[in-house]
Amino acid sequence: MAPTPALFISFESLQIFFAGLIELIGFGESFKWLATLLAGISISFLIINVMVMATAFYTWFERRMIARFQVRRGPNRNGPFGMLQPFADVLKLIMKEDTIPDEADKPVFTLAPIALLAPTLMIMIVIPFGTFIDDQAFLSNLNIGILFIVGVTSVNSIAIFMAGWASRNKYAILGSMRGAAMLISYEIPMALGITSVLILSGSLAMTEIVSSQSVWFILVMPMGFFVFMAASTAEMSRTPFDQIEAESELGSGYNTEYSGIKFAVLFLAEFMAPLVTAAVVTTLFLGGSRGFDFLPGGIWFALKMFIIIFVLLWFRSTWPRLRIDQIMGFAWKTLFGLGLFNIFLVALEFSLADQFGGLASDKVSLTPKYMLIIGAINWIITIAIILIMANVVGRKKYTRPEPTPSPLANMGIKES
Amino acid sequence: MATIRTEPVTINLGPQHPSTHGVFRLRVTFDGEKIVDLEPVFGYLHRGTEKLAESRNYVQIVTLTDRMDYVASMSNNLAYVRTVEKLSDIKVPERAQYIRVISVELQRIASHLMATGFLLNDLGALATPLVYCFRERERILDLFEMLCGARITLSYMRPGGVFQDAPEEFWGSLNTLISDFPSYLDELESLITTNEIVLARTIGVGLLSDAQAIDSGVTGPMLRASSVKWDLRKANPYEIYDRVNFDVPIGSSGDTYDRYYVRLQEMRESIKIISQCIEQIEPGPVRTETPFFIRPPIGEAYSSVEGPKGELGFYMVSDGGISPYRFKVRAPSFINLTPLRDMITGWKMGDLIIILGSIDIVLGEVDR
Repeated sequence: MAPTPALFISFESLQIFFAGLIELIGFGESFKWLATLLAGISISFLIINVMVMATAFYTWFERRMIARFQVRRGPNRNGPFGMLQPFADVLKLIMKEDTIPDEADKPVFTLAPIALLAPTLMIMIVIPFGTFIDDQAFLSNLNIGILFIVGVTSVNSIAIFMAGWASRNKYAILGSMRGAAMLISYEIPMALGITSVLILSGSLAMTEIVSSQSVWFILVMPMGFFVFMAASTAEMSRTPFDQIEAESELGSGYNTEYSGIKFAVLFLAEFMAPLVTAAVVTTLFLGGSRGFDFLPGGIWFALKMFIIIFVLLWFRSTWPRLRIDQIMGFAWKTLFGLGLFNIFLVALEFSLADQFGGLASDKVSLTPKYMLIIGAINWIITIAIILIMANVVGRKKYTRPEPTPSPLANMGIKES
Repeated sequence: MATIRTEPVTINLGPQHPSTHGVFRLRVTFDGEKIVDLEPVFGYLHRGTEKLAESRNYVQIVTLTDRMDYVASMSNNLAYVRTVEKLSDIKVPERAQYIRVISVELQRIASHLMATGFLLNDLGALATPLVYCFRERERILDLFEMLCGARITLSYMRPGGVFQDAPEEFWGSLNTLISDFPSYLDELESLITTNEIVLARTIGVGLLSDAQAIDSGVTGPMLRASSVKWDLRKANPYEIYDRVNFDVPIGSSGDTYDRYYVRLQEMRESIKIISQCIEQIEPGPVRTETPFFIRPPIGEAYSSVEGPKGELGFYMVSDGGISPYRFKVRAPSFINLTPLRDMITGWKMGDLIIILGSIDIVLGEVDR
């Protein structure tokens, strides 16, 4: 485990700080739990506020960018470049009446937004995001960080089902049924994508995963990146997988009956998801806060996150939506197979590299040279798969017959 | 095998729903995601146009026709004034006929752009293609504004011609538009036609066979997508359509993709027609002198044009007075809804929306 940097605010350092404070005031050993509690509260306060503010600006950014994609201007009235628009939105939502349908299951209905928001926030705890002080600063360096992320993400599907079920609305139920089916299905390719990362990094801790990326994992296994990216796009139900909301089909999907502050919280969770996903992808595949020395790690992390967020935005503003059976088919027929194949490939290459003495000094990951060799092989295989998919499988399916006029009615139209 | 007992769910899609293109209501019975039954309910936008027309004089009715298919007022105007001309035997000057054809073809492009944009919107593309289509539609509306000062409810045509000649700057703008438009259509096609998701969603979905289409009385792009080569502009040339060359694009199987693609090709054909009209048009009068109150002889007349959505026909009975005794509209969007149930049953929720979108209904015309 990497040592906790002394200057940076983390759970451990705060605990030590509060323990010292308590001792200074004069409480005895019996109040040690208070230090843990205070440290926990401080960390939660920090995460929630930072993430909510980041999400607020992210919504502004997303709206502005999508407006650019759509030849519009986007929000530009409140504050400079419309940057205060998210606050205006939240203010509006808070002032609206917070209605609960008569038939609704009230406790579940009230809990659902919280159940959706909490796991999204919790993921940020284990992300080593880097600061100006230390390249791998984190709030809590869990040694099973990645497992924690997989576990916490699963709560999303329950929360969405809670929201839909408790609403007693047919659209909401339809949306949440889709959500339950889809989110559970896509957890498997996501886990497969993560597994291939674990083979190369040899550790579940997020800091170790970052430090083992002497070559970014996106360069080593593009297929794993693709599988993980597609699966996590589906996990946060954005286009082309936005079946849960599907505004042209279901009105608003699982959140149809929500209004006021509850809707604001659902909305917040929904827009926080891209940020969190971008952070996870950055950590797993883009080398986290690693970068060149002229900029601190935190900046590199933010830049990479920004790129991923932009790609997600690009998806959202250009692609139509897939149908629910196509989405499920994509998860089980394509992504599942690709994920397994990728694991097989990486595992094979890893053990071969091990045979040739490619292990780095920490005995779990590979040296950059071997990583690059593996990467070259994987890129060739990936490009081959893409070409086969596009030219053999795809073309056959979509060749259309030449239109011939129907013999049933040629009502006096002469062929010109 | 023990199975869980399930039962179908009935959902009211609409009248307030983002994808019903107005206030259309569908009572849909789902078995899970699959549609087992469907019953369209309409009339939420009924304004009694046909009855209202019986108490207006023949020129006033032009404004009523604007409000039927409000994304294609020009075509409505043309269909209506042609019926009046047929009823009271009014001759139309040649220049007026050219201007009419130009404006109707522009209107067809505008209407098809809207249909394509909303189809993509129904596919879930977050309005991006829709905005692209609207950007070009705006230019056509600007041209209409030059012609008659209005953009949507145009009322440009009169029995006996059009109410004023096109201004000088109209022709320049029209030339720029038709020279830009093919490249714009190429851009739109490069974004949509080969998009894997669009293909996966639309090909083979909502099939309408040629026999079924003819039996249901479907007309317009929807009929042509079912590979029936039927176009009133060719079959029964009105105005000056016999003097221009154009093809009638048809689809191969009658699925949602064909309905989209036929519309796209029709826009190209419309551009061809307009550019030929610009070459052929000559100066002259644009309106025959008609009395302020037209009093057609006692009798009846039916006349139809190939509107953007299909055969748009007007049937009128005259009792010799200043307003029609009976006024009946053959609204293509309404009749194109006939095979809706057969097309949709058996498909999934997401398909329902795009099949309905590909039919391209306008509720102002369905309910009248």
